[in-house]
Amino acid sequence: MATSRDDFVIAFRSAFLKKKDKQKFSLLTLIFLSIFVIILGNLNFKVIKIIKIGINEVIYRTSFIISIPENKIKNINAKIKEHTELYKKYKSNELELKNLKQKKLSNIFLILENKKLRNLINESINSEEILAKVLIDKESPYLKSIVLNRGSKDKVKIGMAIMDDTYLVGKVIEVNYSSSRALLLSDLNSKIPVLLEPNGIQAVASGTGKTHGVIEYTKEEYEDEIKNREILVYTSGLGSLFKPGIPVGKILNDKMNRITFFSDFTQLDYIKIVSYNIESKN
Amino acid sequence: MSSLNKSPFFQIFFSYLPIITLYLSVFNEFDFNYLKNEYFSFSFVHILIFYWTLRNPNHLGYFSVFLAGLINDVVVGIPIGISSFCYLIICAVSAYIRNIILSPNFINDWISLLFTVLLVNSIQVIILDLIFYFNVDYINYLINSVFTFILYPLFFFIFNYLDQKIKIQQND
Repeated sequence: MATSRDDFVIAFRSAFLKKKDKQKFSLLTLIFLSIFVIILGNLNFKVIKIIKIGINEVIYRTSFIISIPENKIKNINAKIKEHTELYKKYKSNELELKNLKQKKLSNIFLILENKKLRNLINESINSEEILAKVLIDKESPYLKSIVLNRGSKDKVKIGMAIMDDTYLVGKVIEVNYSSSRALLLSDLNSKIPVLLEPNGIQAVASGTGKTHGVIEYTKEEYEDEIKNREILVYTSGLGSLFKPGIPVGKILNDKMNRITFFSDFTQLDYIKIVSYNIESKN
Repeated sequence: MSSLNKSPFFQIFFSYLPIITLYLSVFNEFDFNYLKNEYFSFSFVHILIFYWTLRNPNHLGYFSVFLAGLINDVVVGIPIGISSFCYLIICAVSAYIRNIILSPNFINDWISLLFTVLLVNSIQVIILDLIFYFNVDYINYLINSVFTFILYPLFFFIFNYLDQKIKIQQND
């Protein structure tokens, strides 16, 4: 019994403390070092923050360079796919354009009416946009996020909205000097206040860690109200993080509770970082 | 071709191939952990670290593994140090197995990997979920662990071939 315990201790000590021929550090030292790094990384000291930003900057840029060949292959693949589906896409686009032209006329009227109504209640929404390139869009089981080539030097701040044309994509969660990280709407930790139209139901859109989102924290009878209807999901503007009315996605008739985002998060190349300033003069 | 194999460049290249592959895996956007398929993912890095630290630790230093973990954390976006800690746990288990087993065989390695991957993924879930309050999908981790275990023989075969090649070149 004692011998087997001795064997265990010897094997354990040999594994953790002994350095092999080409190992410069023992395992135990490095394990303690990694625990130390985890603890340090969560302290909000200025020096640690600066070191963290520095590490992030270097690694983001290196990752971007290393991923260039892979991204080239991806682009070629996408282009070939686009070419093979050209005629089919042309036909569907032609039909969509016809419908959109009709809708545009009524939209112009609604925009003007909306402006007038905002003036009546003395409310104005100002926005500032920063165009950014997606450096890394490494998706993982843990976090759905993208790294952008704009940082604090470009006046990017935590909480700013990320837009793909007019669609909401996510929000900024980490800012470095010349880069930042944005959490996508599809991430498990993403939760934004939304409005389900045309019923006007308030809810929270939550990410699932997959490609779609789900509706949470809404009134109980909402499923009956949206049954057999196509529901459009917009930001509600609650919490003053985003302006109200930014398109997020839609809930299809047959897939209750499941939000299909308007933007394809896997195809993001250039995005807009937007900050909103909602002013009410009352 | 044989003269090419004997060139010093190839000798150095092959001996550094495990480290190069490890760093390419953590730096690159492409990740086997997320293959856009809900029911299929595996951890290539876990297999790579497990194999090389178990069979030929001279080609994969612990410090390189530690650095690779830090890089992975920054690229993926989780708190710095977690992956390093998990990768080093794999190194610790494989070092322990290397010390207690006199003649290594594939079946032992394979079963040990299952235990190691389950342990490492459990540690990662505990740290992310309970300490950092990240929402994590437990099913994803389970699927990842199962496929990492299932695909080990394939990578064992590839890495074994590479290991033999390195040994032959070093003996030449």
